[in-house]
Amino acid sequence: MTDIKDDRRYTKDHEWAQAKDGEILIGITAYAVEQLGDITLVNIDVSAGDTVEAGKGFGTVESVKTLADLFAPIGGKITRINDKLEDEPELVNDDCYGDAWMVAIEGDEAAIADLLDPSDYEKFLSEQD
Amino acid sequence: MADETLAETPLHAEHVALGGRMVPFAGYEMPVQYSGVKQEHLAVRTAAGLFDVSHMGEMELTGAAAGEVIDALITNNAGKLVDGQAVYTCACNQKGTILDDLIVYRLAAERWLVVCNASNRDKMVPHFRTAAEKAGVAFDDASDRTALIALQGPKALAVAAESGDDGKALSDLGPFRLAETTLFGVKVIAARTGYTGEDGVEIFCANDDAVALWRAILKAGEAHGLEPAGLAARDTLRLEARLSLYGNDIDETTNPIEAGLGWTVKLKKPTPFLGQEAIRAIKAEGVSRKLVGFEMVGRGIARQGYPILDGDGNEVGVCTSGSPGPTVGKNIGLGYVPVAMAEVGTRITVDCRGRKVDAEVVKTPFYKRA
Repeated sequence: MTDIKDDRRYTKDHEWAQAKDGEILIGITAYAVEQLGDITLVNIDVSAGDTVEAGKGFGTVESVKTLADLFAPIGGKITRINDKLEDEPELVNDDCYGDAWMVAIEGDEAAIADLLDPSDYEKFLSEQD
Repeated sequence: MADETLAETPLHAEHVALGGRMVPFAGYEMPVQYSGVKQEHLAVRTAAGLFDVSHMGEMELTGAAAGEVIDALITNNAGKLVDGQAVYTCACNQKGTILDDLIVYRLAAERWLVVCNASNRDKMVPHFRTAAEKAGVAFDDASDRTALIALQGPKALAVAAESGDDGKALSDLGPFRLAETTLFGVKVIAARTGYTGEDGVEIFCANDDAVALWRAILKAGEAHGLEPAGLAARDTLRLEARLSLYGNDIDETTNPIEAGLGWTVKLKKPTPFLGQEAIRAIKAEGVSRKLVGFEMVGRGIARQGYPILDGDGNEVGVCTSGSPGPTVGKNIGLGYVPVAMAEVGTRITVDCRGRKVDAEVVKTPFYKRA
């Protein structure tokens, strides 16, 4: 059973968004990690201060076999990117809902409510494969 | 998940039971990985791995002229083989480009086996069948009743030896030698060949015996660190060893000379062969590009199809294979570049979906076993 956390919202691109301490953290889900396998490279194409639009790509996650684009689940201003992933991409395999967040955004927290809630995401996953 | 158009090997249920993630590959549903590609890769490099490669095509040619029929369709010299010996070769078309890469086995003077890529079976079977029938040689496509299991790694022969004397005897075979023998009670053809850069054996058996053999080898291998390994590890292992993958590094638009497979072309062998004159001309004229190995210097992973650029940003070549190399610890790749840029140490740029990443041409294989 794929791990889904109750404390955040999800997208059909298998990303999560969580409002925390005045910013919105973005990451990829356990399902995405399972599909990718061993993560070997995280490329964040934006820097702190950049503005991202909802649905636009902001980087890629690569595994041995393949790569996946990262899309901003909501728009806003990038406040931080997770530098640790540059040297430790394997963190994504170990802790995709925690230490391996990708970017932090300053944006409209209300927009998170428009994303999939955990049960909708679980239902969406059950329709995959 | 099940796709009705996909074929299954006799080991399909074993893969599912082992937790293998099944994906479509060359018309078959095959395990891409079990525990994880890195772990499987490292198991093969340090202990042993077991691969189901039953999707490969097996063609049997039987008759007095079988060896000559094969020799006329391949670039390497089948005429030099003795009983129980195999050779890696290209099969080319009239233009001298590559129809497939094969292993040809001489079981006996009048009994030969040719193993082709699964993706090329529909092309190679009629190719060999037509030539065989013309020469009065019996031809049989044995692919659908033959399983192929690859046992690879430094402990591979020790695992085989658990079978008893027949298994132990495999250690005395030289590279590319084979034995018709019994392993774990199953009648097999075992050959000292592989696609990983490690020592090992590839074992043919009847479909009906495949599950028993697979389980027996896995059990015998427990004490040796043997793990089942999937297609993803097979790909990273072969890339580190710079073994070509048909459809990536070689195909009908590439010739053996530019692909670095000139050593498989024996222009002076006694039997004239398909593509001989074209390859002779290619050699005389010189090739314009070469398949080289490269290491990423910057942060990026090259993938098949990514453009290769020169120092001025001009597109001059293409990446044909690329991935992280778990043993070499670097992101590596193969690609075609102009001859002038093929020297070891040459700086190239790989266009990773718009991200320009520096790379350097390096000596291959990337990995060579001690």
